[in-house]
Amino acid sequence: MSAEIRTSDGELLSVKLRKVERRRRATAFLLAAPLLFFIVFAYVIPIFQMLGRSVDNVQMNEFLSNTHEAMQSWDGSEMPGEDVTSTFFYELKGLVEEKNHGKIATRLNYEKGGFTSLIKKTSRKLKDFDENGNFLDQFIDVHKKWGDIEYWLALKRGTDAYHYRKYLTTFDYEQKFDGSIERIPEKKRINVTLWLRTIFVAAGVTFCCFLLAYPISHLLSVLPTRYSNLLMICVLLPFWTSLLVRTSSWMVLLQKQGVLNDTLVSLGIVADEGRLELMYNMTGTFIAMTQILLPFMVLPLYSVMKTIPPSLMRAATSMGATPFLAFRKIYFPLTYAGISAGSILVFVLSIGYYITPALVGGAKGTLISNRIAYHMQQSLDWSLATAMAAVLLVAVLIVYWLYNKIVGIDNMRLG
Amino acid sequence: MSGKKSDFVKFEQVDKSYDGKELVVKGLDLDIAEGEFLTLLGPSGSGKTTTLMMLAGFETPTNGEIYFDGNPINNIPPHKRGIGMVFQNYALFPHLSVFENLAFPLKVRKIDKSEIEERINKTLKMVSLTGFENRMPAQLSGGQQQRVAVARALVFDPKLVLMDEPLGALDKNLRESMQYELKHIHETLGVTVVYVTHDQGEALTMSNRIAVFNDGKVQQLSGPNELYETPVNSFVAGFIGENNTFTGTVKELASGSAKVETSTGEIIIANPIAVSSAGEKSRISLRPERVSINPTEQIENRFEAEIKEIIYHGDHTRVRVNLLGNDDFILKVPNASSNSKLNLGDKLNLGWSSQDCRALDY
Repeated sequence: MSAEIRTSDGELLSVKLRKVERRRRATAFLLAAPLLFFIVFAYVIPIFQMLGRSVDNVQMNEFLSNTHEAMQSWDGSEMPGEDVTSTFFYELKGLVEEKNHGKIATRLNYEKGGFTSLIKKTSRKLKDFDENGNFLDQFIDVHKKWGDIEYWLALKRGTDAYHYRKYLTTFDYEQKFDGSIERIPEKKRINVTLWLRTIFVAAGVTFCCFLLAYPISHLLSVLPTRYSNLLMICVLLPFWTSLLVRTSSWMVLLQKQGVLNDTLVSLGIVADEGRLELMYNMTGTFIAMTQILLPFMVLPLYSVMKTIPPSLMRAATSMGATPFLAFRKIYFPLTYAGISAGSILVFVLSIGYYITPALVGGAKGTLISNRIAYHMQQSLDWSLATAMAAVLLVAVLIVYWLYNKIVGIDNMRLG
Repeated sequence: MSGKKSDFVKFEQVDKSYDGKELVVKGLDLDIAEGEFLTLLGPSGSGKTTTLMMLAGFETPTNGEIYFDGNPINNIPPHKRGIGMVFQNYALFPHLSVFENLAFPLKVRKIDKSEIEERINKTLKMVSLTGFENRMPAQLSGGQQQRVAVARALVFDPKLVLMDEPLGALDKNLRESMQYELKHIHETLGVTVVYVTHDQGEALTMSNRIAVFNDGKVQQLSGPNELYETPVNSFVAGFIGENNTFTGTVKELASGSAKVETSTGEIIIANPIAVSSAGEKSRISLRPERVSINPTEQIENRFEAEIKEIIYHGDHTRVRVNLLGNDDFILKVPNASSNSKLNLGDKLNLGWSSQDCRALDY
């Protein structure tokens, strides 16, 4: 260890330095504070709330807390006893008075189909119950489904405060009432197909963007400024147009009676009855997404290519390399940083793309985000929607992690 | 060595225009001998780099033909010419190590591994960079990068190496030591070098011959000392070294001597180089070191001058005087003890031989 270094007035150098630097650090923090605040409250907290929702069932647990407690000692091998059924009767009665029984009906319906009508019918008949006993038989009298033990098992499971079953659903698995985990029947499997399709489309769009953007970016980087500025505006123009407008214009172009098909027919390339299906399928999703995401590939590529001096290619050819070899060995490797930054951007954006596939994708071109939207808006199974969103988030994080491992996030240049 | 071609590289009536309006290179005829160190020297925009790029194959002549080793090369792409090149900013491949940079031209030629290694070791030794094989270009200093660039241009044994202002980015001291190093490498290998620079000191130090470019044309092509001692026109005289000039009109023209009347009416006897008849206007060029102070010997030109400024330069003193109406006439006085009594406003007797003062074009 070297001797302690002191400033001229005898203070320890390290202490003094920290004092001097403190003010500067405070200023820096103050400048960054609004952004930090915004990120925490508009980004981090909502995300964690969303993630929580995918496992959260606390409300159900509170609505039917006594029933849930009474059911803990019930092993589910035979019909529940009077203690369970009576507790459920009184709790349901309370819920009906508070007009909350609709909520539990929806929730329970996710556990087992048919619960909605079952709860509704039962709720109407509660006032006719004889409160002196034999609740199970009276339940069965109201609706024979109460005689099916699976409804009682579903009730038990559906009132757990937390569950992970939505994540199973996300991947087309289900948990049977005996606790075993199985794939759902083949006819009902849809999510895995959507996940695979989403990844396929994201990868494909990324690749198409790369193929289209590479030559454009190169041209941009070598053209004199006044031409490259013009070309850059052409690249960015779609950026400044509303996403909805752009997608709808693709609909005009691509539909069966659209501009593209009309042109092909009038040129005699395709027959009138053989008009191409360019929309409401994967083709449409591919074409529109590639066009929309292209600038995200061009900008990072351009910024990297701009820094490659033209003399490198000249040097390579002067040493005897053919232009192609010089490109492959020198130019192309130097653009890796741009390719990877552009690819990760396009991939991450397209993996969660929503509007375009919803409008031009049809049934065969919808992606996982459309499924999430469906569960948010139509089926109202928010737990499932958030579970899917969480999986999507994890997928993106994995992509970032891989990127950082392979390329290093510090090498990312975005324009 | 005998048997070396004097027209190893030959430019024949080469014109080059980029925009179809202006010629950057005009009717260039130039022969470069095998094994010589030829420098293309000139101010920026004079066409010297364009000439080099045409030789390398990165620019095509608009007119005329370039021959390399007897063969026309206008239609041969750069990668088939086998000409080594050192670029202004080195153009090292930033993603490859020093070894891989040097191996690139060899791998392209499909030379086998052991020989690649051998050649690289030899070349790195030549530029004193042994042990730097695994460094990346960014980890090297400017001078070291420069050496790698030179090594890379030489490692595949090209018969001709082109250098485009290779020392421009280095600081003064490094530049000077690299000049000697390049000169020695050239002497050792005997390779033909065409070197482009705008730095006359660099050109004078290193070259066998110098082609002074201006306005798309070679103004003079000769060895360093002729270029300095016997410039053929005012541009060369002014561009190379320090130069005092007078303007005047030729009064009498005989072989080997001309009488030129200056604007102040005095007559200077000068050596007629680029004047052809009496009555022509002429610019007279005179090197500062050719002027003697208080000359004792018989000398044709003798005039009185007044000291306007004295600038101390260590080994010599520069004295600015007013002579024949020229207020910027510079003298170089060696700092010997006998010369220490110069004072501002003193009158000096100056004289010079008619051979040293050259009557050039106006």
